Amino acid sequence: MSEHIVPKKTYYIIFFALMAGTALTVAAAFVNLHNFNIVVALLIAGAKAFLVVMFFMHVKYSTKLTKLWVAVGFIWLFILLAVTMTDYLTRAWLTYKP
Amino acid sequence: MSLTATLPAANAAAQTNGEPLNYLNNGHGIRSWLLTKDHKRIAILYLISVSIFFVIGGIFALLVRINLLSPNGLFEPDTYNRIFTAHGIVMVFFFLVPAVPAILGNFLLPIMIGAKDMAFPKINLLSWYCYIIGAAFALTALVAGGVDTGWTFYTPYSTTYSNSNVLLTGIGIFIVGFSSILTGINFIVTVHTMRAPGMTWFRLPLFVWAHYATALVIMLGTPVLAITVALMALERIAHVGIFDPALGGDPVLFQHMFWFYSHPAVYIMVLPAMGVVSELIANMSRKRIFGYKIVAMSSLAIAVFGFLVWGHHLFVATQSVYLGIIFSFLSYVVAIPSAIKVFNWTATLFKGSISFDTPMLYGLGFIGLFLIGGMTGLFTAALGLDVHITDTYFVVAHFHYVMVGGSLMGFLGGMHLWWGKITGRMYPESWARAAMVIQFIGFNLTFFPQFLLGYLGMPRRYASYPPEFQVLHVLSTAGATILGIGLLITIIYFIWSLKKGQRAPANPWGAAGLEWHTSSPPPTENFLVAPVVTWEAYDFTQTEPKAQ
Repeated sequence: MSEHIVPKKTYYIIFFALMAGTALTVAAAFVNLHNFNIVVALLIAGAKAFLVVMFFMHVKYSTKLTKLWVAVGFIWLFILLAVTMTDYLTRAWLTYKP
Repeated sequence: MSLTATLPAANAAAQTNGEPLNYLNNGHGIRSWLLTKDHKRIAILYLISVSIFFVIGGIFALLVRINLLSPNGLFEPDTYNRIFTAHGIVMVFFFLVPAVPAILGNFLLPIMIGAKDMAFPKINLLSWYCYIIGAAFALTALVAGGVDTGWTFYTPYSTTYSNSNVLLTGIGIFIVGFSSILTGINFIVTVHTMRAPGMTWFRLPLFVWAHYATALVIMLGTPVLAITVALMALERIAHVGIFDPALGGDPVLFQHMFWFYSHPAVYIMVLPAMGVVSELIANMSRKRIFGYKIVAMSSLAIAVFGFLVWGHHLFVATQSVYLGIIFSFLSYVVAIPSAIKVFNWTATLFKGSISFDTPMLYGLGFIGLFLIGGMTGLFTAALGLDVHITDTYFVVAHFHYVMVGGSLMGFLGGMHLWWGKITGRMYPESWARAAMVIQFIGFNLTFFPQFLLGYLGMPRRYASYPPEFQVLHVLSTAGATILGIGLLITIIYFIWSLKKGQRAPANPWGAAGLEWHTSSPPPTENFLVAPVVTWEAYDFTQTEPKAQ
């Protein structure tokens, strides 16, 4: 709930975790992972977003209904991105040239 | 005596002391309206502003039809582009999306669940201000010369080539989107937290279920429209390559993002109207809606599946054919919950005590027209057939049968059912019946020929056409004129009734639902005695039949 008081220590830990994530992102950019550079960058960004949503936005201390809504929001974003990307992935799969 | 029995008597008692105190006379002056936090007054603010936009959009519709009277058109093609774009933008974003939820939903949802107001009254007022600010941008763009992209803003034309007021209109749409979002938040939180004691989820009127489902769609879809419009602005201003191939972007990406919102937006427009129709059919046949739970769940199913069909707008846009097959299949699937509603409304009529008052005429009109709109939607969902009818008048006719035949019929039906509740005055019944019949005839004459035109190959958005299409175009314009006259009659008698109409009793229809247990118009706090609900939805043993 919004009344929940989070100890400062938690905020500091999350802050440093986010900074570490940023440093990791920069470091990973200098390693040539070919197509996986973007995957690694997005995974780190996703983990950072998760921390922000759970702790800074207090979702961890909220009701189940709020958690459900947050989850639904991200699932819908996933539908938008995943289905759209499926288009790009499968456009060239035609076995004949129209 | 139980609380439920004392409720109508106590709420009616306030009327016996001279001038009845209600939300309309509780506070005077412009300030009391512009700073109101009363959901009913906010609904009235929306009613006035949305009606103005309906008239503006209607005028543009008539200009479109006048242009198409002759094969060579009346206006310059560029002017024509701006006219049909103005018609589309005004009608979609400033009339159809807010019409039922922001007016009828705002007014009725708290009363129907036995609440004093929305969960967030200030946010509710903020939503109206967002609407007005967004509308101001769009109107400025209109006065400054308009937009020529069509309401769909397809790229790269909108981002690179159009010389019209794309940005100004885009900002207007961006802002008005927040108006929807704020209304959606209020609906969801209000339904979750403000229900009266005893008002369980499955005692909610289907109007509330439909609005709850609509709010889900609004919350999950509208932000994507905002992002899409923002990216479009970014590419137009800063030439960041997102949608324009010349800049390294992909125009089909725009279509994916645009329709991710704009197809569900069809359900934002029609779901609340379906909620209205459930109330119309139940109350005018004095029967509980057949299959209440499945009708309630079908609203949620439409909300969910409505998000998984957007690709049927992209069948000929180089979208992957494999994805096209899936979208085609899912588009058929989404027809099922809509069909469930239509079948169950029809089944409700069976052995009902049916009256053919104006609200019922609109309810029946909705079923007939939405049926045609829905069935022709299956034509456009068919992967092969859609290639033939994409961007033709067949599609124009199809979505007008859904939008006008569905949403507008639902909206007007609801306005007639609850007009006495909202204004405290009844409309003239015989005029209203005549106007409805005129609108029904005019509507069909306008849009049925367009199915034929489209199937014969008449493309949409063209200012001119081959002479052999003229007969059908003239029929369509004649129909639009009749439809316009029918709507004008409705506007006139509604305004007339504000002063001259008979005073409305608390329950003029013998209808079921908490809103009929309070006075017409209701007091500011909705109920003088907080209701406790001990009956199921549409329990007509709680009410007397309409006095003949």
